[in-house]
Amino acid sequence: MYSSKENLEALHDIRKIMSQSSRFIGLSGLSGIAAGICALAGAVVAHYEIETFRSFYENGQPEKLRMVLLYVAIGTLVAALLSAWFFTYQKTVNNGGKVWTANMRRLLWSLAIPLVAGGIFLLRMVYLGYDGMIAPACLIFYGLALMNASKYTFSEVGNLGVYEIVLGLIGLFVPGYGLYFWTIGFGVLHIVYGGIMWNKYDKKD
Amino acid sequence: MENPIAHLNKAFDNRIRLGIMSALAVNEQVSYNELKELIEVTDGNLASHLKTLEELGFVKVQKGFVGRKTNTTYSATKAGEKAFKIHIDALEKMIRALE
Repeated sequence: MYSSKENLEALHDIRKIMSQSSRFIGLSGLSGIAAGICALAGAVVAHYEIETFRSFYENGQPEKLRMVLLYVAIGTLVAALLSAWFFTYQKTVNNGGKVWTANMRRLLWSLAIPLVAGGIFLLRMVYLGYDGMIAPACLIFYGLALMNASKYTFSEVGNLGVYEIVLGLIGLFVPGYGLYFWTIGFGVLHIVYGGIMWNKYDKKD
Repeated sequence: MENPIAHLNKAFDNRIRLGIMSALAVNEQVSYNELKELIEVTDGNLASHLKTLEELGFVKVQKGFVGRKTNTTYSATKAGEKAFKIHIDALEKMIRALE
């Protein structure tokens, strides 16, 4: 009855269920793809705004460009969050699950704390005029938030976080290409990882 | 030395009951559907094992509604948490003893 093999299997089952049940598994790959597309669209808008306001910026009036880019950034963030939420909500409800679970709350908290800290840090940097640090710092704080949150959802989220951090660190040493790094990190990587996760967890054969 | 087998709880020698307690040990509440998915078990089977655990006083049931659908969630009682911990500790000791 109580053979060592059975005991090991029992412990294995316990561990598996404990880890699976304490993660939010409703996260949809399509959420990543949608957020990536929003980021690409936001980057295109930002690119044209930078071209439009470049002369003001270079002639000692950086405030105009900063304000415009702040609005673009907020708009992109809201669009990305709403579209990401939409697909995750849909997937969870279609699978008969609840969205607002304890795991979802833990996931959101673990994301929010590094992101809010990063947001305040960034606003202070803009205020002090370190514009070149904005894109790398966005990527680094976002990567840290993802790594922190990955313990409550799929492990791929943590891998994505590592790439965001690496990209941000490289960006620190390549001044003038912030928007390109930002676009790769928030646009391309989201779409790639969204695709990987969709393929692994969501695809119906 | 006392024999760890004495601490193994008969209530948990079944894979499904063990699975239910594992899920409830790390979550405040788990819904019936979530349990079904996690443990990969048929409806009738899950319901009867939940009933057993409930009768033993290891599991509490909360019945609610989400829209028009019934939504039943389960959580572990203090007694359930304690019994499960003793059971796992005993399992661990038995495995250690073999190494």
